[in-house]
Amino acid sequence: MPAIRFLLKKWFYVLLLVLAMALPFLITNRYYFQIVIMGCLFSITTLSLNLILGYTGQASLAHAGFFGIGSYGVALMTKSGISFWLALPLSALFAALIGFLIGLPTLRTRGSYFAIATLCFGVIVSIVAGSWIEFTGGYTGLVGVPHPTPLPLPLIGVIGFETQTAQYYLVLAFLLLTLLVMHRLVYSHLGLSFMAIRNNEALAEAVGVNTFAGKILSFVVANFFAGLAGGIYASLVGSISPSTASIDLTFSWLVYLLLGGAATLAGPIIGAFVIPVIMEYLQFLQEYRLIIFGALLIAVIIYFPRGLMGGFSTLQQRVREFYGQRRGVKHAVRS
Amino acid sequence: MLLEVKNLSKHFAGLAALHRISLQIREGEILAIVGPNGAGKSVLFNLINGMLRPTSGQIHFLGEDIAGLKPHLIAHKGIARTFQTTALFDQLRVMDNLAIGYRLRNTHGFWSTIFHSRDWKEDRARTTANVMETLDFIGLAEKAFHPVSSLSQAEQKRLSIGVALISQPKIILLDEPTGGLILEDTDEITDLIKKIYKVAEITICLIEHKMRMVMDLAHRIIVLNFGSMIAEGSPEEISKNPEVIEAYLGAEYLA
Repeated sequence: MPAIRFLLKKWFYVLLLVLAMALPFLITNRYYFQIVIMGCLFSITTLSLNLILGYTGQASLAHAGFFGIGSYGVALMTKSGISFWLALPLSALFAALIGFLIGLPTLRTRGSYFAIATLCFGVIVSIVAGSWIEFTGGYTGLVGVPHPTPLPLPLIGVIGFETQTAQYYLVLAFLLLTLLVMHRLVYSHLGLSFMAIRNNEALAEAVGVNTFAGKILSFVVANFFAGLAGGIYASLVGSISPSTASIDLTFSWLVYLLLGGAATLAGPIIGAFVIPVIMEYLQFLQEYRLIIFGALLIAVIIYFPRGLMGGFSTLQQRVREFYGQRRGVKHAVRS
Repeated sequence: MLLEVKNLSKHFAGLAALHRISLQIREGEILAIVGPNGAGKSVLFNLINGMLRPTSGQIHFLGEDIAGLKPHLIAHKGIARTFQTTALFDQLRVMDNLAIGYRLRNTHGFWSTIFHSRDWKEDRARTTANVMETLDFIGLAEKAFHPVSSLSQAEQKRLSIGVALISQPKIILLDEPTGGLILEDTDEITDLIKKIYKVAEITICLIEHKMRMVMDLAHRIIVLNFGSMIAEGSPEEISKNPEVIEAYLGAEYLA
């Protein structure tokens, strides 16, 4: 039976999924549950940042800018009566389009120049959000963003999104969608060409990879999901302000990504869940906890350039090599 | 005529790296380009594959002017190359390097990748088959899953030739394919180049310093010195050419 074989092979992931589905029954504290919901949401942003930064090697620091574009898009549209289910894809597509337009000039620059150019764009988005008062509400932002429109589903009936549990399943569904898209991209020849661009751009060009188009595609997809997460955020939290697009958010996700493990699929999710929890536990240290994270970040970048997950897979490989060698020795002795 | 270079010049801030070079590469030959360091050999390759734009002159490939096109477009036309400092995707596995090399033969795009459409599956199957075949051809079948960093210098050279070969180009430009290798490894690479010429029937243009190897391999030799072409001919003609001997060994050897 292929189904059983699939279960046996992927039991760990199936278990994780079951656990994720059962989470609302395991966590009863509303505050903790909110942290989990935010963890899922920021997993989406960190996963998408991972595509452009981790896999394609282009350090975009405009990620919160595109998150902000998505959140303002959904807030403005749903407040004027448009259904959330139309506003969300439109806002994400809008973020992707802006990403395309911004990518055209900025992706022609390399390395730190690209980082600086996108950093500037991120700052501009949040300044525009704060200054265009009649449209964005200025620095007070927009309040009273409606929750997602109830969704009529066949068989199940109409689902509302007023409860935390329903909101959690909504975010989880989008996280799984993001993960599916990232998985398909990364484990494909298209994903390989992204990694080729990261690894050796001149060689990638020489073997026929259109590196500029590859970078644009990766940037657009990353910003689509940043906008998507922003739109969901606006609708769940109910109020947004220029700080929704602030550079601080980008740097938080960057820390999740680097500590969790860039260029892995599990790393961004682990980072987005584990680090906010650690932050929560270290609350008594107030501002000083940033010092700890600073030191941790430096240590990780030096010793585990691919983060927690990278360190883990290196360890796994070492163990496998060790046993492989012993087996090799046994073979040699026997023959 | 497969590739024809006419009056090609490249100046860097007024300094002529190449000066009015004209040469032809015929289909089905092995052409060697030799010359002392700084003669402009690699610059010539960089101009042909589009990494550099020529200051003036034309490059015709199968009758079409390709001068100034982007490298990835030139690769699609059927010109593959290797680099002097062995260039590989060293963060990836051996088979991944070859799969990237084969990518220009694939037609599927973003949506096919997301939905695993039929053309995606066909491309994947075709890529896998070609990767396996190329791995055998370059003698790295057992290292398919190894990271590039675990390969020896000679194996890396062979893989870089494989990455160029797998795209089924019409011509391969090899920039010092045996640079930095010991004698035995050099012979292995020489055999591989002969095999590419005979079995895969691909035209080859190589830059090389090891004269013994060049004499053994090349049908025709072109000698560059200070950005200009000083000689062209068969290996025998070149080995007797006084200007070449002077450029390589100095005038005092001419006696």
